[in-house]
Amino acid sequence: MTRYAGVYWAQFKAQLISNMQYRVALLLWLLTMAVEPVIYLVVWQIVATQQGGSVAGYTAGDFAAYYIVWTLVRQMNIALTPYEFEERILRGTLSPMLLRPMHLYHLDLAGFFSFKAVTLFLWIPIGVGLTLAFRPDLHPTGWQAAAFAVAIVTGFIMRFTLVWALGLATFWIVKVSALFEVYFGLELFLSGRLVPIVLLPLWMQQASRWFPFQWSFGFPIELLLGKLTVEQTLIGFGAQAVWFVIGALLIAILWREGLKRYGAVGA
Amino acid sequence: MSYFRLFATFLRVGVLNELQYRANFFVQLWDSFLQVLGGLVGLSIIFAQTGNLNGWSRPELMIVMGVHVLVGGVIKLAIQPNMERIIQDVEQGTLDYALTKPEDSQLIVSVRETRIWMMTDVLVGAGVIIWAVVELREVIGWLDALAFASALFLGALMIYSVWLMLTSIAFWAVRVFNILEIFQGVYQTGRWPVGIYPEAMRIGLTFLVPIAFAVTTPAEALTGRLNPTSLLAAAGMAAGLLVAARIVWTVALRRYSGASA
Repeated sequence: MTRYAGVYWAQFKAQLISNMQYRVALLLWLLTMAVEPVIYLVVWQIVATQQGGSVAGYTAGDFAAYYIVWTLVRQMNIALTPYEFEERILRGTLSPMLLRPMHLYHLDLAGFFSFKAVTLFLWIPIGVGLTLAFRPDLHPTGWQAAAFAVAIVTGFIMRFTLVWALGLATFWIVKVSALFEVYFGLELFLSGRLVPIVLLPLWMQQASRWFPFQWSFGFPIELLLGKLTVEQTLIGFGAQAVWFVIGALLIAILWREGLKRYGAVGA
Repeated sequence: MSYFRLFATFLRVGVLNELQYRANFFVQLWDSFLQVLGGLVGLSIIFAQTGNLNGWSRPELMIVMGVHVLVGGVIKLAIQPNMERIIQDVEQGTLDYALTKPEDSQLIVSVRETRIWMMTDVLVGAGVIIWAVVELREVIGWLDALAFASALFLGALMIYSVWLMLTSIAFWAVRVFNILEIFQGVYQTGRWPVGIYPEAMRIGLTFLVPIAFAVTTPAEALTGRLNPTSLLAAAGMAAGLLVAARIVWTVALRRYSGASA
């Protein structure tokens, strides 16, 4: 266990410096990512105001809170793009990575922790700016705030694992973009990213229960907004754990099988 | 007249090149279709809760979406490929090939690339507009159609000028691969009529990055909201931005030293 901790810490430090190189570009990128939720926020605030103050239990202040917390959760959700495996497998850059004494998954995850640290830090001014501009209605209790802090980290690990497993499809499929587009397309609607899940038509809400998407996105946001009971919160953490295990199992199987194919192509 | 012949020549070469990859047409068509589908789902989620958005009805918002997709298509088809090539040329020093030709450099770098299969966005966007206009059951008169076409044209000129100025930053900063992504992000605001945004954003979207003129104004022309002064303002803005882009380009070129210089 201490061996893992040591490697994670070393990788964290190494990647931290690399991630800090293009701070300005990173900040600009974060700013542009803030445009998306602002659009949703403005539209839904108008709808809420037009409908007499609230829509499906969300007031204008609630929407502001939802989409501002959204920016933070969106940061935390960013995982290694599955398209990365295209280069690694097709160009063979995977080979030297296989020589390292630890599973590539851990090295990638550890590197991403440092990326999170940097983006979290850069998010703070954006979060403050948005709060001043849109006056959100946010009053979480102590346990909700604490649970939120845990949920975004565990949610990130869950999503990272699942998306990493998704990337392994590149061992078998050449036109993986078709598969990835479907995954991310579904995620956009069923995760709580486009709209809070309660605002989706009923059939979409039911569909979203079959997918992992909401547990890393909508769940933490609703938690901080105070929309969940203790029981619902525990269910949320449980769902994260279940999907994490599914992802880990997928990786265990796909990695071993995929590497056999990789070797066969003479890399 | 030589300008048009130059453009026609580049276009012909570009089309001949892309016709080799006919499958890409269907890939792009699928992409455009998915984009519109997503937009329609989004609209229906909103209209399950309300009857209009800031006075815009559902078919009217579909017109905005259609214009957004159409103009987005024009950008991906004719503007973006050229700007990406400029950035690449500046980084690698291959801009010399464009500068040594016996024609105005700005013209060459602006028309030499086209991604013809991106026309699917233009076609799908136009389809959505037509569908929405039919649903509106409004009669679009000659004047409205003309206003729409002019607004589109002026908007495209403005977008081109702003992109050229953004791209010219490459001459100073070189590593500007993010700059075009930034525009993509901001362009998403054009999905909705610019009137819904708070004051500060509206001003930015009108004068800084003229998305208001590029998307909302043509949509207003088709939904009977346009007044002639807006169109005149658009013309003035377009002229101003074209001049500004020209100046920025000329100044930027002086910084370019090329691969061999």
